[in-house]
This record gives sequence, C-alpha cells and structure tokens, in this order.
Amino acid sequence: MTTPLLAIKGITKAYPGVVANSDVSFDIGKGEIHALLGENGAGKSTLVKAIYGLVRPDSGTMRWRGEPFAPTAPHEARAAGVAMVFQHFSLFDALDVAENVALGMDNPPPLRKLAAQIRKVSNDYGLPLDPGQLVGDLSAGQRQRVEIVRCLLQDPHLLIMDEPTSVLTPQEVDTLFRTLRQLRAEGRSILYISHKLEEIRALCETATVLRLGKVVDRCDPRDRTARELAEMMVGTKLHQPERPPHSPGDIALEVRGLSLRSPSPFGTSLKEVSVAVHMGEILGIGGVAGNGQDELSAALSGELRAPPGAVSIRGETVGHMGPNARRAMGLLCAPEERLGHAAAPEMTLVENALLTGAWRQKLVNGGFVNWTKARGFAEAVIKRFDVRTPGAHVVARALSGGNLQKFVIGREIMQRPDVLVVNQPTWGVDASAAAAIRQALMDLAQGGAAVVVISQDLDELLEIADSFAALNAGRLTAKRPVRGLTLDQVGLMLGGAEEAGDAAA
Amino acid sequence: MLRLEKRAQPSNFWNWATPLLAVALTMVAGAILFAFLGKDPFAAIKMIFWDPLFNPQFAAYSRPQLLVKAAPLILIAVGLAIGFRAGIWNIGAEGQYIIGALCGAAVALAFFPSPGWYIFPLMVLAGAAGGWAWAMIPAILKTRFNTNEILVSLLLVYVAEKILAAMATGRMRNPDGAGFPGSRNIAQYPAASNPEIIAGSGMHWGVVAAFIAVIFTYILLHKHILGYQIRLAGQAPRAARFAGVAPARLVVMCLGFSGAMAGLAGLFEVAGPARMISIDFNVGYGFTAIIVAFLGRLHPVGIVLAGLLMALTYIGGELAQFMLGLPGAAIQVFQGMLLFFLLALDVLSNYRIRLSWPEAA
Amino acid sequence: MDLSSINPVVLAAALMVAATPILLAAIGELVAEKAGVLNLGVEGMMITGAVTGFAVAVMTRNPYLGMLAALCGGAAVSLIFALLTQVLMANQVASGLALTLFGLGFSALLGQGFVGIPPPRTPKMDLGFLSDLPVLGPILFRHDPMVYVSIALVAAVWYWLNHTRGGRILRAVGENHEAAHALGYRVRRVRILAIAFGGACAGLGGAYLSLIRVPQWTEGMTAGAGWIALALVVFASWRPWRALLGAYLFGGIIVLQLNLQAAGVRIPVEYLAMSPYLVTILVLVVMSSGRARKTLAAPGSLGRPFHATG
Repeated sequence: MTTPLLAIKGITKAYPGVVANSDVSFDIGKGEIHALLGENGAGKSTLVKAIYGLVRPDSGTMRWRGEPFAPTAPHEARAAGVAMVFQHFSLFDALDVAENVALGMDNPPPLRKLAAQIRKVSNDYGLPLDPGQLVGDLSAGQRQRVEIVRCLLQDPHLLIMDEPTSVLTPQEVDTLFRTLRQLRAEGRSILYISHKLEEIRALCETATVLRLGKVVDRCDPRDRTARELAEMMVGTKLHQPERPPHSPGDIALEVRGLSLRSPSPFGTSLKEVSVAVHMGEILGIGGVAGNGQDELSAALSGELRAPPGAVSIRGETVGHMGPNARRAMGLLCAPEERLGHAAAPEMTLVENALLTGAWRQKLVNGGFVNWTKARGFAEAVIKRFDVRTPGAHVVARALSGGNLQKFVIGREIMQRPDVLVVNQPTWGVDASAAAAIRQALMDLAQGGAAVVVISQDLDELLEIADSFAALNAGRLTAKRPVRGLTLDQVGLMLGGAEEAGDAAA
Repeated sequence: MLRLEKRAQPSNFWNWATPLLAVALTMVAGAILFAFLGKDPFAAIKMIFWDPLFNPQFAAYSRPQLLVKAAPLILIAVGLAIGFRAGIWNIGAEGQYIIGALCGAAVALAFFPSPGWYIFPLMVLAGAAGGWAWAMIPAILKTRFNTNEILVSLLLVYVAEKILAAMATGRMRNPDGAGFPGSRNIAQYPAASNPEIIAGSGMHWGVVAAFIAVIFTYILLHKHILGYQIRLAGQAPRAARFAGVAPARLVVMCLGFSGAMAGLAGLFEVAGPARMISIDFNVGYGFTAIIVAFLGRLHPVGIVLAGLLMALTYIGGELAQFMLGLPGAAIQVFQGMLLFFLLALDVLSNYRIRLSWPEAA
Repeated sequence: MDLSSINPVVLAAALMVAATPILLAAIGELVAEKAGVLNLGVEGMMITGAVTGFAVAVMTRNPYLGMLAALCGGAAVSLIFALLTQVLMANQVASGLALTLFGLGFSALLGQGFVGIPPPRTPKMDLGFLSDLPVLGPILFRHDPMVYVSIALVAAVWYWLNHTRGGRILRAVGENHEAAHALGYRVRRVRILAIAFGGACAGLGGAYLSLIRVPQWTEGMTAGAGWIALALVVFASWRPWRALLGAYLFGGIIVLQLNLQAAGVRIPVEYLAMSPYLVTILVLVVMSSGRARKTLAAPGSLGRPFHATG
C-alpha cells in the first residue's frame, strides 16, 4: 500500500463546553477527491482548520507523505502544499483581484508579474478573471474563482474546499466540477466539505462522515443513496416533511411592478418585481446570493418603503407602510441573518420576543411594556417549537443556530400571520431543526396562510414549495408550479432566462 | 499566558462590581501618582474622599457642594446615557451646556430688572431649548447628510466657547461693570436666580431637575417601549429597523434629549452657583459627565452614585489643592484614570479570563 | 480695517506651518484607521506629545530631542488605547474619549513647571538658491525641517500603503479582519503597531505646535487640532495625498482668519476664531452626503472589535 498524502490519526480538540473533534482518523490519498460529510457543528471546520494551521489540536498526529506534520500557522501548511478555499470567502472588497491573490501567498511575485500568472492559470482551468478588477464588484461565482486561482498559483498538493457550491448556480457548479476533476487528473488531492449529498455522490470517491466530532462512518459515496448518506450524518431516520393535498385560496399577497434602489453600495436593486401568492400556497423564491434576496425581503417586511400599490395584502395596499403597520395587517417576516437582524444577540429571549410581537401580541399597553406577558409569549414559543435553552432569560447569542432559528420562526408563526415571508429559513441549521422548521412552514400554509420562502437551497424549495420563481439581478421570473419542474428548467430560471418562466405562465 | 474567552452571557456580578473595583484601583494608582508629586498619598486620598464629607472643619462647607457639583453632572450624564445606549455619541454636551446657559441668561438679562414670577420658568424653558437646538445641529446633519455626530458635536464645543467669549465681552457684558468682561450677577436678580431651596443643603432647582430626570430616564429605559427601542438600536441597528424603529427619529430624539438636559444644567448653573456669564463659565462638566455616564453603567441609578462620587473628587480635589498644594490637573488625571480602569475591567463582565500554558508555541 | 496689510506670500508661507501639526496627526490616524482602528484619542496624544516634546526640548536645549521625546510620548499613551481596545476588547469610541480626557489632564500636570518658558529655537532650513527664489523661496523653501518631514511622511505612507506587502497586509486587516485572520495574518499585532504609529505621529504634531508654531506651552493648547485631524481623515477619504491637500486647506483658513483678525476686520475676533471649526463641520457634511459618499471608502472593519476564536 502506498503512503497516503495526508494521514490523520486520533485528532482531538476540545473547546470549553464542547468537544469539536474526538479521536478523528482518516487518510487522504494522492489524486483523490475525499468528502468530509457532517452536519453543522459536527466538527468539520475545526478539523480543517487544524490541517491548515489555524487551530492546534489537543492531541493526535498528522503525517504528510509519511513525515510528521503539525503546522502552527497557515504559512507552514501552505509551504507543505496545503491550500484552502474558505466557506465565507477570505477576500477583501476594496482590494483588486491581484492584491487579493497576493495576500494569500507567502512570497508573492511583483504585482505585474502576478497579474500575468493569474490570467494564465485562470484561463488554463476555465475560470477567467481580470486581475485589475475590484473584488467588491465581482459576483459570488467570480469571487470563488479568485480563491481557487489563489490556491492554484501555489501549486498545491492538497486543496481544501469548505462548502464551495453553496453560492453557485447549477451551471457554475458544473464548471467548478470540471475544474476539480482536471485537478484530480493532475494528481492533486481535494478535501471536499459539503452537506450537499448529490454533489458528493457525483464528485467524490471516498467519504468520511463526522457526527458530534467523531468519525461515524467511511464509505464510497457513489455506492450509497443520498438518503443513506443523510442518515449516516444525522444518526437517525430522517423525518420527511409531509403535507396533504390542498387547493389554493384567494390572493393573500400581491407584489406589482416593485422597483427599488438598494440602500447599500454593493447591493442589488429590485426591478419590476411582480408576483401573487394565494392563501394556502408556499411560494419558493430561489436564486444565487446577492441577486436581490435581502432587498426583496426588506421590501416585503416594510424595512424598505415602496409606492403604496407595489405591495398589497388581501387587496389592501401596504407598500408605503413600515414593519409594524404591516404586522398589524397580518404580514410577518423572518429575515436571513438571525443574529443582529431577526434577533438582537445581546438581548434575552424575552426581549427578543418583544421585537416583533410587541403590538400583535399586545405586549405593550399605552407605550409601557408588560414584561410578564412578554415572558409568557417567549416561553410559549420555546415550548411549542422545542427551543433548547435553559430559559427565556438567556441571551440570543447563547443559543445554537438551529435553536435560535426555531425561536425566530416560531415567534412569527405563533402570531398567526396571514402572510409569512422567510429568508433562508434553514441556513446553517442542523438537519433535525431544519426538518422541524420546514414542517412548521407547511403546517402554517395548511392552516390557510400564504408563505414565501426565499432560499438558496434548491432542494429545500423543491421539497416544500407549491410554486417556484427565481431572482436574478433584481428581477423575478414568473412563478411556475413546482410539480413537473426539472432541475434544468430551474437552472435556466436562476440564470435569468425569462422564456423558461414565460413558457409555463 | 492569559486567554480571553467570551462568556455565553454577560456576567451580572461583574457588571456592577467593575465600577467599584475601578474606583479602588484608581485610588491606588492615584496614591502612587500623588507620591510621585511629593505628597503624602494617604493624606491626599483621605483629603479627597473622606474630609469633604466627614472632617468637621470642612464638611460644613463641602457637603452642600456635593449636590451643587453632582447635579449638573447627573443631569447631563442621564441625557448622554440614553444616547450612548442607542449608539448615538453626543460628546459635545459641554457646548450644549454653554448654549443653554447663554439662552437662559439672555432671558434674565432681557427682563432685568423687572420682577415677575414667570421669568425663572421662562429661563428654564430657554435653557432647555438652547441646549436642544445646539444638539439639533449634529442630529440634523447626521440624519440629512449622514455626517458623523461625534466629530460635529465635539467641534461645536469650540464654537460654543467662542460664542461664550463673544457674549461675555460683548453683548451680555454688564453695562454697570466698569468694562470688565462678564454679565450682570443673575443670582442676585431675585426673579431670575436659582437659589438654594433648603439653606445649607446645596439643594437648588438643578438638583430637583436632576432627580426628576433620573426617575424619568429609569422609567423610559426599563418600562417603556421607547427605551426598549433605544437599547435595541444601540445593540443591533438592523434588528431595530426590523422592529419598526426609525433610526432618524431616534437620533433626533436622543441628541435632542441629551442636549436639553445639558442646556438645563447650564441654565441652573449660571443662575445659581456660577452667578453670571463669564469667559471661564464652563469647567468641563460636559466632558466629566461622559465619565459619569460610563461609570454609572449608563443606568440612571448608577449615574446618581457615579455623579456623587465624581462631584466628591472635584470638591476633594479643590480641598487638596488648597491644603496640600496638589496640582488641579492631578484631579483631571485621576478622573481620566478612572475611565481607563473602568474600560479595562469591563473585560471581566464579557469575557472569562483563563490561564493557559500553550504547548510549546 | 486694512486688508492690504495682508501679504499673500507671508500668508502662503504661514499656511504650511499652520497645516503641519494637523497633517502629522492626520496621517498617523489615517494609518490607524486603514488598519481598522478608530482612535478618537488624537487630541490627547497630540497634547501629550506637545508637553513631553516641550519639556525635553527645554531641558536638553535641543528641539530635535524634544521631537523625539514627543514621538515616544505620543506612542506611549497610544499603547494604553491599544491595550484597552486590542487586548481587553474595550469599546473604541469610549477608549478614545478616555485617552483624550486623560491626555488633557496628564499634560497639564506634566507641563506645570513649563508655562511661560520659551523653548529652544528650531532653525529654518537654508536650501541655498531655492530659498533665495523670489516668491517661491519664502513660501516653499525657508521652513523648518519638520515641514518637509511631514510632506515626506505623506509620500512614504502613500507608497508604503499602496506598493508594499506590509501596506497591503495593513489594508487587508482594516478591510476584513476575519479574512485576514483566516489567511494567517496577526490582526492584533498589525493593529497595535498601527495605533502606535498613529500615536507617534500625533505626538510629533503636538510637539510641532508647542515648539515651532506657537512656540510656548499652555494648558489645552491643541484646542481641537486633534479633532480637526480626525475630520481631515474623513475629508481625505483615507488617501494620504488628499490629507495633505486638506491640511493645507485648513492651514489656509486658520492663517487667513488670524490675518483678518490682525487686519482689524470689523467682525468680533471670536467669530473669526470659530471659522476653522465651522469649516471643518461644513467639509464633513459635504464629504459624507450625496454622491461623495460613494467614493468615501471607509475601511470595512473600521471601529469593529476583533476577537479571534480557536
């Protein structure tokens, strides 16, 4: 047997209160695409950081081509031939592509020479880039190219990719996979971290599955179904969201010709967005990040104002109203960012219950807060949505992502909305919480409410939505029924091809 | 090696223990400083913190001074605290204090020497309005043009000081004052003066106003939805907008309130303890109030205690200056150190400090 | 009044001198802000520099030793700020204010014995035929060395920030500290160094005030120069050459109002004296509103605390 490129043996890393990695061992062979599978919090990131020299394990050893390997800083790992593409890009908006690449290298050549190298490498691998462009002006897909090119320039033996496809369209994913297979053909190894099971089955030949910091299984993902992989990850049988058949009711929410300038300089303005959602309907809005999701969510919640007629609820125009007036009309919202937007991190759950529930739940009387009632409301949400927390007095940031998300979504659902808009409801949430949230949204629709789910997770949308529309550069395609929609059609819609939507409309 | 580890939940104990610890550490550091200046550190510390209250020789004079000095500090600090909680940094209270005093004095001087019960209430209104208006400048610039309120409010202090100088030597100069700078003595103009309400207590209308302001602020912050919105805006601005809080309205409200409070403090000062408009009318209450606000944890009750303590350092400092020849600036250093220690110790309420020996790093 | 008594050549020459202290402080703060640190303690660091520089210059009879001391003094107090904000994770706005309040008191205490003493003279440079040029000579080439040092510093900072690896790292840290950390850069170390550099520059600016421009020590003599320097960084959109331009603009206003005072214009002195502050506010308004705001490239992580986990 040949020596593996990287042999990991017995890695353990504990943080106060949580063991991130416990006795983790696996090998990565030369020219292998190795998947690291696991839920959020399973310890994937910590492990990868240890390989990259950002975290020092408490115990355990690594061997690189048979030699002991214990990087104490990223430049040591890079010197050995490890390169990493981060999940949240490690890029600098105000710097140009060449400068960004230079920052990721230990001995960068002069910028002019580097620019030429960037052009060459990016073309060789089918990822064209302009070295002089500001990174802040690039799309998510282009930003990822910068990261990959930065790694490739260092001629790595092992490329670590942390959730690389979460921001890409299906077509961009294809391009990326072609590049990765080309790299494998050159004899490079790739450690591929994802929770998208179909991708792993399409790309990887080995998978190591982590659960709660431990290796629970190893397999060849090509031999398993996505469902089997998911159950390895979660450790229990997954509960599939279900919903009895139903017929839609009257129009609950209507958006007509909504155009809005984005308030932020790197944001996307909305252009002529029109859509109607019926009572009992779940509308899924897909799209790659940064195509106007935040703007649309804010325009619906009332954080951004529009002309009165642009948004109406059950026929009444509300476009000019603020969030609280819309809440009174029955339109509730749960934004994407949990900490800092949907909830205040340093405030208790009681205070966070007040955040949107103040008027609809009558927690305020003559301007004065009824704290007893607010506590009662918070506790009711915690109980009904199974939020794991010592109590309502805990500050929001102390909760795990999944639990806080259950609280945030639960807070809105408990207020019995007529229309609920949620943005990325299961982003960064563990599988069981995600399943619970999806079920709750379906139950809400079953009870007659209109639900709008904005998400980048296509699987999620296709699973729970009745109809689908895509956001591209601030435009929304016409919605189409999910039933009978193929992935190819979805890809075209995401790419902004109007015909794909029009044909069915 | 020391390592910081963020607490899951801010520590309530340390939240209130740090100010006390900061005071203690400042006393130690202050004593060392005084020793360097060639003074007996124990005598100096005793002179500053003990004698003004309990020494039979000085207490009769200095005890009332405690309220006199604490009132403007508390009045300004509660105003500032509301803004600080909302993440709105009015650091130009000194300027608003000056303008409030000028506006109040202008009313008094305009009516001089006619009697009338309405003159003093009118002055109070003018003082509050003056401070409010001066604070509206950074507020409107911030909401209309997104201009940084920290810099604008601070720069306006210098402008206010120039206006004060112009007034004291020009428009408001006492026509019967033989050409000396400074206005008429407002404290000796019965209809306009802010006298001691209870003789020998130091209690004047400013103290009453401070008391009301503290209660008002407490209710606002802890019982009213507006206070909740203020805290929300300070901690998570996006969440505040999501909760329907209009940031511009909050900026105008917080700056306006703190400006009005500072203006009131100025008015009560000029009509009472300071007696008149003069070039050196302002003595830095507007800046010291920032320390008071932080030391009091931006909490109205904490601010009362912090204000009294800071007033004590002023009085004790003067006493030490007089009795021991301690330089006046030493007290300023003392107050600055207090804020340093407080900010440094704050780490205890948000982080756990752990000792760890890194494995051969 | 007699406006003809204002000599434009003298005015232009005085402008450079008036601008130098704010320019020095501003360029230091610019570097700190580029690293993502908002230090509102410029005023405090300046006045500390003013007093340490003055005291050492008087004691050694050497202005250059004084300036060296000011450099160290400014850097030393800035390290208090660095300790608070970078190590103890204190709020930057509050810590900066604390530094200013402390600096004002501390300098008054140190400077007690030095009030009313004249400092040693800093000689003007004689640049040979350049100094003898008509008009240009007196305006540009007959200054003390610090004027040229400040300009050279602007050039050096500009070059360093934009054309060296160190500068790139500093900008990266200020732009996105999480990403910089992920790439293995020492965010905290970079920031502490940037803060110290800012402190040293502010200290030098303060010493320039007390040793050359005024030259004298009085309590609170910086009179808001530190705050104007802070505003200047915004005006400059975090670009060194623009800071130079801005500083000379302010220098011009300061000198002009002083000249108008001297010429006996019929506006009370106090109103003329407030003009630099009002102009600063005006400039802030123009720079932060409307279209100008888009080009206003504030560093992405400015003022945000960084605490590395793991």
